[in-house]
Amino acid sequence: MQIGVVVNPFAGLGGAVGLKGTDGPDSVAKALRLGARAKSGERARVALAHLAERVPGAELTLARGEMGEDWCEGLDLSLTITGPTALTGTARDTKEAVRAMRDRDVIVFAGGDGTARDIASVAGGIGILGIPCGVKMHSGVFGVNPRAAGAMMADLVANPKRVDFVEDAEVMDIDEDALRNGVLAPRLYGLARVPISRSLMQAAKGGPRLNSAGALSSAAAEIVAEMDVETLYIIGPGTSAQSVAKAAGQTASTLGVDAMIGRKIVAHDVDDASLLRLAKGRKLRIVLGVTGQQGFLLGRGNQQIGAKLVRRAGREGLMILATEEKLTQLSQPRLLVDTGEPDLDLQLAGFVRVTTGKRRKMMMRIDSC
Amino acid sequence: MKSIPEFRSAKWNEPVVMEMGRSGSRGQLFPAPEDEVTEAVGIDLIPAAMQRKDRAALPEITEFEAQRHYLHLSQMTLGMMGVSLFGTCTMKYNSKTAEYATLRPELAEVHPYQHPDTLQGVLEIFDDFNGILQNLSGMDQFIFQAGGGADAAYTMAAVARAYWRDKGKLHQRTEMVTSVQAHPCNPATAAAAGFNVVNLPLEDNGYPSLEALKAAVSEKTALIMINNPDDMGIYNPEIKEWVKVAKDAGALCFYDHANFNGVMGKLSARELGFDACMFMLHKTFGAPKAGGGPAVGAYGCTKELAPYLPCPVVVKHGNSYILDEDRPKSSGKVREFWGNVPQVVRAYAWARAMGADGINLASDISVVANNYMDKKLGEIVGLEISNPKINAHRMEMTRWSLAPLTEETGVSTVDFANRLADFGIDPYWMSHEPWIVAEPFTPEAGELWSKEDIDMWIGVIAQIVQEARTNPEFVKTAPHNQAIAQVKGDAFEDPAKWAMTWRAYKRKVQGSTKVKGVA
Repeated sequence: MQIGVVVNPFAGLGGAVGLKGTDGPDSVAKALRLGARAKSGERARVALAHLAERVPGAELTLARGEMGEDWCEGLDLSLTITGPTALTGTARDTKEAVRAMRDRDVIVFAGGDGTARDIASVAGGIGILGIPCGVKMHSGVFGVNPRAAGAMMADLVANPKRVDFVEDAEVMDIDEDALRNGVLAPRLYGLARVPISRSLMQAAKGGPRLNSAGALSSAAAEIVAEMDVETLYIIGPGTSAQSVAKAAGQTASTLGVDAMIGRKIVAHDVDDASLLRLAKGRKLRIVLGVTGQQGFLLGRGNQQIGAKLVRRAGREGLMILATEEKLTQLSQPRLLVDTGEPDLDLQLAGFVRVTTGKRRKMMMRIDSC
Repeated sequence: MKSIPEFRSAKWNEPVVMEMGRSGSRGQLFPAPEDEVTEAVGIDLIPAAMQRKDRAALPEITEFEAQRHYLHLSQMTLGMMGVSLFGTCTMKYNSKTAEYATLRPELAEVHPYQHPDTLQGVLEIFDDFNGILQNLSGMDQFIFQAGGGADAAYTMAAVARAYWRDKGKLHQRTEMVTSVQAHPCNPATAAAAGFNVVNLPLEDNGYPSLEALKAAVSEKTALIMINNPDDMGIYNPEIKEWVKVAKDAGALCFYDHANFNGVMGKLSARELGFDACMFMLHKTFGAPKAGGGPAVGAYGCTKELAPYLPCPVVVKHGNSYILDEDRPKSSGKVREFWGNVPQVVRAYAWARAMGADGINLASDISVVANNYMDKKLGEIVGLEISNPKINAHRMEMTRWSLAPLTEETGVSTVDFANRLADFGIDPYWMSHEPWIVAEPFTPEAGELWSKEDIDMWIGVIAQIVQEARTNPEFVKTAPHNQAIAQVKGDAFEDPAKWAMTWRAYKRKVQGSTKVKGVA
């Protein structure tokens, strides 16, 4: 497989100086002023060195200069150089480099969530893989560390049979301005094709590991089975919630909020006002996924579902689905709500049953944040 | 301290037995029957309709070649005499004395279809052992039918189903509540028996909160199934309150004693309020296990649940023992007959040899050994105990994480386990699903291993940590001293790459088309 590599030389600058991220040139300049030193090049080199060690002479396309080329010095790799010749220090550089590599199978990038967003926005259907270097890394497109990304590159080049692709890895980012003001607001920006390792191991006393895509689709089918014909079901954004629409044979809008009645989508990508109109004279329930790591349920990336709707649904009216894997890997074993109305958040606090698979639920504690 | 073992496995390019030998080779040549014999019994002992037309495809080798072949194969295994701290399995020495007891003709030659009047000795062992387990648990009746721990968990689900059906409430009591850290066989078997599964997450204390349990149980709950301590080694001190909450909701309570080793002799499932429990004879009670069997899950319950037990139940009737099949409310069978007799006899021998004091002391030793290991492993930079913020002592095993070392060196817990085999040490157990702890491993010392063995094991761990820092590729490409290198797991996903029978092997690997039927 053909791999292109793009390094965002400014990724991760903000972390060390407490800036929460470096989206946009102003933040970059500020971080540099504060004495930040970019680590993305060095981290990219770790991945590339691991590749060279595993597959000497591996063929690779790199962006020019500090966006790739510079970090390969002395490594046993066969390089093709492409991409922009003069850098602007903005997202334009990243996007231009990716456009120059569009005929490759996978773009490996060194950066964080912001870089992932930029790459995904121009990657088309190409696979992407992140070498983790950012301050924020909530997207499901990163290797666990630079070496792991390097190992994946080695498999892509030398042993593609050991690699599978998922088509719907979430590209998330957090609003940095909000974060600097103390509000954690992750948002789903799109889905990407991402290489994943095939399991190289058989459990010593068990069968194969639970397949999370399978678990999610059976959880979605479970929720569809619970639906009646009259209630309005508001389907939140994101892969998990929208897999419910998919399980009912409907095409969801992925990033937006959809409305279902009688197991059919009756409105795509709707706002709070339209939802309120649709909910008139009907019982209403809200289908939600959980954001990875933080465990947000409401108030992050799904503000279209306003407090009035949530109040009408109540805790009992929430239909939540997530895989056990996702729930057990939350940074705290609880789900967070931030509806903007503290009394409502308090009403929602308590335990809910999250559907995790066919006839499987997990009790999760909801907390106001 | 024992030095780090140096080891190199034999590596034979041993063919498959079907590829060996030559046409006509035999282990033994038997003489043709004498004329008198033929005259007495006839020539065609097998009716023509039952005779196969072709010759069976069997290996044709001499007795000596067969011995050599299997010696070579055995030389390429680690055997079962190494230091194996394989957590959640409670590895114990399988006493040869107990083994010889099972080889006595009084046991080896009995058959379950014999009339019970001719089985009184073995039935007495079953009933006597039932008494020992009653003492350890407070339950009223044990059965040994289940072929393992998961099968015993399934027995519980089947008993609960029969119980609720008998009470006319099976349509209402549809849920089984368990913990995400219980053994996965609990949700799996309950689901197989038709119950919906409600899992509880671990919260701040390292076990599920009482509040979560209270929110989960209701008039829909048929039963709860839990381990305590769990595989992280943490004992839930609220267990009595748990059972009370579940009981108040009307649910049955099952104690999965998979991790009994640290508490044996110290607590009674009955005193904690449980209705039923399960012991694994092939773990805690010193009977052998290997690759999925043989195993016995001893399932015990109270008088109230006893009518729903699978049958037959071995009971004493007057002066003799009978196989009681006349139990109209029974949940049926989970397996044929009344249990794996040699396993029950070995476990019985273990319990009799240990005695009550010995069992009590063994649980102390296993907890001390584990805490000794925790201290020693905690001194190795790169390893991290699970739930590091919880300072409660762990019981007989502790889940550890290699995550700091993985982050630093890229060496994963799978790589690490592969490298252990290079020292002649069984690769450690990582974790049950789901992996709550990153890069997990779970050692369990039990009462068997000497301090020298434990020190040696920890010494090897420290050495591999060192290797991960100085030469990570070497660890990642391990094993180097073993008969085979890394197992390519993806082969298991491709049916073209494996064969369960010689016929399938010929078809898939040798491309032979002369295959009858489908293997």
